[in-house]
Amino acid sequence: MRGWSWKWGMLVAVAALTMVGATKVRKLARDAAKKVYVAPGEHDEFYAFMSGGFNGQIGVHGLPSGRLLKIVPVFSVNPENGYGYSEETKPMLMTSQGFVPWDDTHHPELSQTNGVPDGRWLFINANNTPRIARIDLATFHTVDIIEIPNSGGNHPSPFITQNSEYVVAGTRFSVPIPQKDMPISKYKGNFKGTLTFVKVDPQTGMMDIGFQILVPGFDYDLAHCGKGPSHGWCFFTSYNSEEAYSLLERHASQKDKDYIAAVNWKRAEACLKEGKGEKMRVTYYHNYWDEEKQMAISEKKTSVTILRPEKCEGMIYYIPTPKSPHGVDVDPSGEYIIPGGKLSATISVFSFSKMINAIKNKQFAGEEYGIPVLKYEAVLHKEVPNLCLGPLHNEFDTRGNVYTSCFISSEVVKWRYEDGKILDRIPVYYSIGHLMIPGGDSRKPWDKYLVALNKITKDRYLPTGPELAQSAQLIDITGDKMEMLLDFPTMGEPHYAQGIKADLVTQRQVKIYPLEKNHHPYAVKSQDAVKVVRKGRRVDVYMTAIRTHFAPDNIEGIRVGDTVYFHVTNLEQDWDIPHGFAVYGAQNANILIMPGQTLTLKWVPKAPGVYPFYCTDFCSALHQEMQGYVRVSPRNAKTKLYWYWAGQEQK
Amino acid sequence: MKGWMTMAVGIALAVPAALGAQGINPDEFYPGKGVGPVDTVVLADTLDPELVKKGEEIFKLKCTACHQLDQRVVGPPLRGITKRRRPEWIMNMILNPTEMVQKDDLAKTLLGMYYVPMTNQNVTEEDARALLEYFRQVDAEEKK
Repeated sequence: MRGWSWKWGMLVAVAALTMVGATKVRKLARDAAKKVYVAPGEHDEFYAFMSGGFNGQIGVHGLPSGRLLKIVPVFSVNPENGYGYSEETKPMLMTSQGFVPWDDTHHPELSQTNGVPDGRWLFINANNTPRIARIDLATFHTVDIIEIPNSGGNHPSPFITQNSEYVVAGTRFSVPIPQKDMPISKYKGNFKGTLTFVKVDPQTGMMDIGFQILVPGFDYDLAHCGKGPSHGWCFFTSYNSEEAYSLLERHASQKDKDYIAAVNWKRAEACLKEGKGEKMRVTYYHNYWDEEKQMAISEKKTSVTILRPEKCEGMIYYIPTPKSPHGVDVDPSGEYIIPGGKLSATISVFSFSKMINAIKNKQFAGEEYGIPVLKYEAVLHKEVPNLCLGPLHNEFDTRGNVYTSCFISSEVVKWRYEDGKILDRIPVYYSIGHLMIPGGDSRKPWDKYLVALNKITKDRYLPTGPELAQSAQLIDITGDKMEMLLDFPTMGEPHYAQGIKADLVTQRQVKIYPLEKNHHPYAVKSQDAVKVVRKGRRVDVYMTAIRTHFAPDNIEGIRVGDTVYFHVTNLEQDWDIPHGFAVYGAQNANILIMPGQTLTLKWVPKAPGVYPFYCTDFCSALHQEMQGYVRVSPRNAKTKLYWYWAGQEQK
Repeated sequence: MKGWMTMAVGIALAVPAALGAQGINPDEFYPGKGVGPVDTVVLADTLDPELVKKGEEIFKLKCTACHQLDQRVVGPPLRGITKRRRPEWIMNMILNPTEMVQKDDLAKTLLGMYYVPMTNQNVTEEDARALLEYFRQVDAEEKK
């Protein structure tokens, strides 16, 4: 009996505790929900730009809600709006290797003024076929893509300088430079890397390669540029200073330390002025959007300027850094440089002012292929032991704290970089890669939220078969303790991300393209001017779209063997009234034409018949009526070319 | 999603508009000034030929895809419009169509009849005034 009452007592006690616990969890959940709730019709406080990784795009989310607002196609074709399929956008994806319809985007980077994101442009790297793209945040369109020559994989990119003077690139995979046929086993000493500085025009944002520094054939991994006192310098991590070319997981992890390459780009500019650069013949493409003509222009370039470290003393130094470092981040003051020592439990904080002193006092530990290696202790501010397992990246707040993502131990650790004191840790689900605080790599972080960009999703959402969306988590960083607020899915594989206060972007928004400013060579600005023109086997259809018809909506006299170009001008001048255009059997995509814009879809009909075309974007109550026909006659038919619309007499 | 939203909004607007249609005949003179930036238009007795010319150009560029003078296309034919509407209503409809089809009784009635909301073609108040002058010219010609 006594046993029974004891057991019952325990059961009641456990039940009571569980209920208290459950109530507490519910209250926490309620508090978190309040912090991320954005009422219907209201806007988020921040934009978050998430790289899409292997989808080659950028996902735009709102914070704190996590809502997905847009996918911006960058290096990948996008059938949803015809990017990379329409005749106007195809040139954006030209490279020295021909038309490349895909890439791997890793690191978005916002343009900065005085070290603070200014909301003008967003840059992002292509890791596979090395390129950098610029997105205009007035339109959220990709407007500029530059190919990086002398590179085999552009990973440490496109990190930016304080006033957007440069965005950088670097070779993750070193290669023979210039490229040539040679045995891979001759890698050591023969494969090279480049660190590239791409100039950004301060007014237009247009990119152009400034110079490339030829460096030893290590794997250059990530970068960040200096700010404040360290403005004028950029820092690149490298691994595989062993120069292994096989089984890298073992052979490239032998040394205790690899390097941060510290590059004084102002010194490099001085060397260029002194004529120390050398021209190298090489082929690469620069593609950009001509706003006036509303089409992309593709330019083939044939030369870059190379700087060799031995010819420009003081331009580059190596800082020994524990083991196979991944990220490298500079604190808001510009004084501290903190790498993520991926395979080391100890994290090193370096001091920029100590580095300058070490250079002045020639405190060198040796050299690598002529590049001075600084003494580790001479540059070190502090070592922080046992921070976590697999530290990868750091972002900062305004209160002297750094937040480190730890891949292996699946957590974010908050600590003070001045004295190395660890303040808090929070588990994340699962296996975090990058992390992002809006402005968290700039001089003025908006330090309210932190986003953990996790690599593994597993059971966090309703399952969707073997392939799952990636999992992001929003964390409140305003208090002493970090507080988990929200899970939300992200598309592709976000690596790095950037965040910015929304009003810096909203104030520059373009809502329509004024028809008066449309200088597209095939634009028709008035329905009276529509026409169909044959030149041999090429037929150009000058077409208009407005709610709720195309003009012309009937075309006859097309023949098998013709190539037809539908140039569709959207005559609307109203925000958010795009029209779509799709035609039967088109082997490319549909096009989505913004108000005032002209886009072109190429169509090659295969057999005689009458084929419909229609508007794909539900534009109005009579959207289903927005349609037309093309009559295609046999190759040698004598059918007269004519067209009309909406009951107008045939011409 | 956006498509369905547009349609839902369309239906929501069209239904009360259709109901509100009772009693308003769009072919007759409508005394309202409409809703929008234009409160008072002072018309000279004579037409300004420069302004008429400018209005005709804008009409061709931005209006003819939906409006003709004598035939229903997407929207109603416009000959005689200056006799059926006050100048303020005409300019407000051009400048502020979105709010007009929500708030003005006649504009609501028209939406119920034509189903496609008048589009905002982003013209300036000056351009709208030129369009009005062109419509006056068209209606003056008819008198002859």
